[in-house]
Amino acid sequence: MAKTWKEWEQPVLELEQMIERLERAAQRETDPAKRGAAEEKVQELKQRRDTYVQLRYSRLTPWEEVLLARAETRPYLLDYVGTVFTDFTELEGDRRYGSDRAMVGGPAFLDGRPVMIVGQQKGRNLQERTFRNFAMSKPEGYRKAIRLFEMADRFRMPVVTLVDTPAADPGVESEGRGIAEAIAASMLAMFGLRVPVVSVLIGEGGSGGAIAIAVANKVLMLEHAIYSVIPPEGCAAILWRDPSKGPEAAAALGLTSSSALELGIVDKVLPEPFGGAHRNFAEAAATVKTGILEALSELGPMSPDEIKRHRYDRFRKAGSFEEASRAAVR
Amino acid sequence: MPSGEADAGRFVQCTSCRKTLFSADFEHELRVCRFCGHHHRLSARDRIACTFDEGSFEETDAGLRTVDVLKFPDYMPKHEQAVTKTGMNDSVMIGRAKLDGMPVSAGVAEFGFMGGSMGVVAGEKVTRCLERGAEEGMPVIMVCASGGARMQEGLSSLVQMAKTTVAVERCREAGVPFIAVMTDPTMAGVLASYASVADVILAEPKAMIGFAGARVSKQAQVVKAPSDFQTAEWVNKSGMVDRIVERRDMRGTLIALVRALGAHLRTGKALVGA
Repeated sequence: MAKTWKEWEQPVLELEQMIERLERAAQRETDPAKRGAAEEKVQELKQRRDTYVQLRYSRLTPWEEVLLARAETRPYLLDYVGTVFTDFTELEGDRRYGSDRAMVGGPAFLDGRPVMIVGQQKGRNLQERTFRNFAMSKPEGYRKAIRLFEMADRFRMPVVTLVDTPAADPGVESEGRGIAEAIAASMLAMFGLRVPVVSVLIGEGGSGGAIAIAVANKVLMLEHAIYSVIPPEGCAAILWRDPSKGPEAAAALGLTSSSALELGIVDKVLPEPFGGAHRNFAEAAATVKTGILEALSELGPMSPDEIKRHRYDRFRKAGSFEEASRAAVR
Repeated sequence: MPSGEADAGRFVQCTSCRKTLFSADFEHELRVCRFCGHHHRLSARDRIACTFDEGSFEETDAGLRTVDVLKFPDYMPKHEQAVTKTGMNDSVMIGRAKLDGMPVSAGVAEFGFMGGSMGVVAGEKVTRCLERGAEEGMPVIMVCASGGARMQEGLSSLVQMAKTTVAVERCREAGVPFIAVMTDPTMAGVLASYASVADVILAEPKAMIGFAGARVSKQAQVVKAPSDFQTAEWVNKSGMVDRIVERRDMRGTLIALVRALGAHLRTGKALVGA
C-alpha cells in the first residue's frame, strides 16, 4: 500500500531521466543513422511513459486518490486565483478576533465580472504550511468567510468558494472560540444568500471544515479531489482502533469524485489534465474556469429568491432513505 | 455481598463516584447520583418521560429506514443490533409533545443507537422536526446526544449537517424558537450543525461537548488541553452554551423559555414558514 503519491510517480521520473539523457545524446550524434535510432528510442520511451501515466491515473485506488489530493505539487487556491480570476484583492479580517491565514478571500473578477472568492490555502514548504496552519481554519477563518458571504450578498456579487482543507482546526483554542458554532453559522449564512454560489472542491474536502464553505447552488469537484465525512485515518482509528487502516477506510467511505457524483453530493466532476492537475496548472485552471462560468450561466436566469430556494432544495433532498407508510409499519 | 443473585437489579453503582445506590431511588432521581450529582445517560424514552407532559408525546416519522448505499463493512449488522437493542428505527425520535400544555415539536436522540450518530435518517428526522415547528408555529426542542456524523453513510451523513442547518433557517424565518439541550455527549457533526445555531442552548452538567473527538484529537496531536476541556462547564465559560441546567430543573427551564420566547405564537396569528 502506497504511503505517498511519489511511489507511483517514481517510474515516470526514471523514464523522464532516461528520455533526457537520450535526447542529449541524440543531439550530439553526428551520424544521421545513429541519431535516427536514438530519436526513435526517445519516442518509444515517451510512449511508454504516457501509457504508464494514463493507466496509472485511470486506476487509482481510493487511498491513492487521498494521497494525490494531499500532494504538495497540486495547484492550490492561490494558483487558481492568479489564473482563473483577475484583480484579486484579499480582505483579511474577521472583525471579531484575528486574521486566519488558512482561509483566504476577497473580491476578484471572473471574465470581467466581479465575484467574491473564499477558500482555503495550503502551503508547499514547512514555513508556508505553518503560516497557513496546514489549511485548517480556526473559528476566525469561518467568521471571515461569513463576513465576505454577507458582503457579496449586499453588493450582488456571485460567490465562488474553492475548497481545500484536511479539516477545521481541532485545537484547544479553536474549541474555546467555538469552531463548531463557526462552521454551523457559516452554513447558515450561505443558506441566506440571494446571489449564486458555486463551490469547487480542488483538493481535500475534509468533513465539516469543507462543507462549511460548500453550501452552494452548484458543487463541482476536480477528478482527483476527495470529499469525506472524516479523514480515512480518523475513521480507521474510531471504527477499528487502528489509524494505519486508512486505505480500508478510504475504500469504504466513498470519498472519490466518481462516488460523490454517484451519490448526488456533487453536481459535476471536472476532468483533470492528462496525469493529474499537478502536471499542468494552466490546463487545470482553464477547466476550473469553464466549470465555474458554465455553472454561473446556468444559475444566471434565476431571481434572488429563486437562487436561495434552489440552494435550499438542493440540500433538503440530500441523502436517500426508505419510508414505510403508516399502514405498512403496522 | 452475600447472595449477589438475590440483590441483582436492586443496586447500581455510580459510574463516577463508584458509590452504591438503590436502583429504585436512582431511577426516581432521573439517574442522577445522589452522592456526587453525576448525570448518567438517559434513553430517549426516559428523556421524553421526564421532559414533556405525561403521555403527551406522539411519535411521528417512525417508518424511516436507512439505506446502506455504500455497503459499508459491518454497517447493517451493527444497525440491526441497535434496532433490536433500542426498539427504535434510528438514533433520533421525533414527534409532537406538550410542555405545561403548550404544544412543541420535539426530538430526542438515543445515544444507545450507534452512539447517537447522525446519518440520513436522523438528519431527515431532525429536519422534519424543525420544519414542523416552523410550519405549525410550535417551538422546537431538540435533545442532543451524539458522537457526530455517522461514518458508515459517508458523504450522505456529511450533507445532513447542511440539511439540518437550513431547517433552522426555516424556524428563524417563521419566528419559531429553537432550543437545543446538549446532553452527554454532543460532538462533532451534530455540534457543528443545527445544535450550535439554536436560539437557546442548554447543557446538562459535565456533558461532553466538543468538535473533535478525543481519538481524532490525538491523531491531530492536540496537546495541552485543560482538565475540564470539552465539558459543559468549559464550553459554558467559552460562551458557547447559555446555561448549565441540572436534570431535575430541565423541564421547568424549558417551560419558562417556551412560555417567554413562544408567547407570540400562542397569542398572535400562527406564523407559517416560507
